[in-house]
Amino acid sequence: MGKLRTHLRTAVQLVFAALTNGYAAGFLQGTIYKGQGKLICVPGLNCYSCPGALGACPIGSLQAVLTSRAGKFPAYVLGFLLLFGALFGRLVCGWLCPFGLVQDLLHKIPFPKKLRRLPGDRVLKWLKYVILAGFVIVLPLTVLDIVGQGQPWFCKYICPSGTLFAGIPLVASNPPLRAALGWLFTWKAAILAALLLLSVAVYRPFCRYLCPLGAVYGLFNPVALYRFRVDADKCTQCGACRRACKLDIPVWQTPNSAECIRCGDCRRACPHGAIRADAAAPACRKARR
Amino acid sequence: MSFIRRNRISLLLCAAAVLCLAWGVTHGQHETVFRKAVNICMECIGLG
Repeated sequence: MGKLRTHLRTAVQLVFAALTNGYAAGFLQGTIYKGQGKLICVPGLNCYSCPGALGACPIGSLQAVLTSRAGKFPAYVLGFLLLFGALFGRLVCGWLCPFGLVQDLLHKIPFPKKLRRLPGDRVLKWLKYVILAGFVIVLPLTVLDIVGQGQPWFCKYICPSGTLFAGIPLVASNPPLRAALGWLFTWKAAILAALLLLSVAVYRPFCRYLCPLGAVYGLFNPVALYRFRVDADKCTQCGACRRACKLDIPVWQTPNSAECIRCGDCRRACPHGAIRADAAAPACRKARR
Repeated sequence: MSFIRRNRISLLLCAAAVLCLAWGVTHGQHETVFRKAVNICMECIGLG
C-alpha cells in the first residue's frame, strides 16, 4: 500500500505537469501558448515561457505586477497565492510542482551517500525567505531603469525552473535565441546544473533552501485546509515519522512544519496510525513534545 | 467543533483570496499578468 501511494504521488505529479504544460505545439514550433489560460496562475513554479505552459507562473506574475507602472499592490496574484496556500499549503510542492517532480525523480538515482540535510541546514532553510523578500519583492520594486520600470530579479538571476522548462527548449528550437546567448544563460545553467546534481544526494535542495514559492506556501501549512494532525493518544514518539521523512522533520513535534511538502511518507511509516491528514485538525496546535 | 469553526482561518483566507482576485481584476492586473505570460520572457530564459 505504501509503494502504491508513492507511485500515486508521482503519477499525480506527472499528470498535473502534463496538464499544465500540455501545449505540444509550443515544443514542436519553438513558440509559447498565447491563449486565455495565461490569465490564470498555476499553483507550482511553472515558467510561463515554457513552450508547453498553459498558465502563468505565480512568482513570475508577482514580479510582473510589481514591476509594472500601473499600480504596485499585486492583489490579483496575491489572490491566487492566498487561495492555493489556504487550501493546500505546501501540498502544492509535494504533489503539483513540476520542478519538485524533477528533483524527486533525480533523488531516486542511487548514490553512495545520500544526505538527510546539507551542513548549515538550520541557517540555509531561511535563505528562501531572503530570496522571497529580496529577489521577488524588494529588488523588482526598488531597482528601476530610466523609465521607472523594474525587472524580475528572481526569474532573471536564479529561477532554475525557467532555465530547464523554458530557456533550454526555446534556445534549442530557435536559432536567433541561440545566437543571443551570453553570460546570464551560462550563470543560470550553472545554477540549474548544481541543483540537479545536488538533488541526487540531497532531497529537494531547491525547495528546502531557495524556492520563494515554497516559502510562501510554507507559511500556510499550520492553517491550510489540508493539514496534518498527530493523535496524542496514539503517538508514542518513536521517531519512525522522522526517519521516514526525507526532509528530516520531527513530525510528531511539528506536524505542520513550514518545511513539510506533504509527501505522506511519515503517515505511511507511523506504526500506530497516529498521523492524520484532514481538515479536522485544530489550526496551529503543536503536538506535545 | 464544527468544520467552519475548526477551519475559520483557512476559510477567511479563502474569502480574502476571492476579494483580492476581484480587486485585482477591477484594476486590470489580470491584463498585466496576461501580457507578461503570452510574450517570451527574455529574463526567464536567461537572455536578459
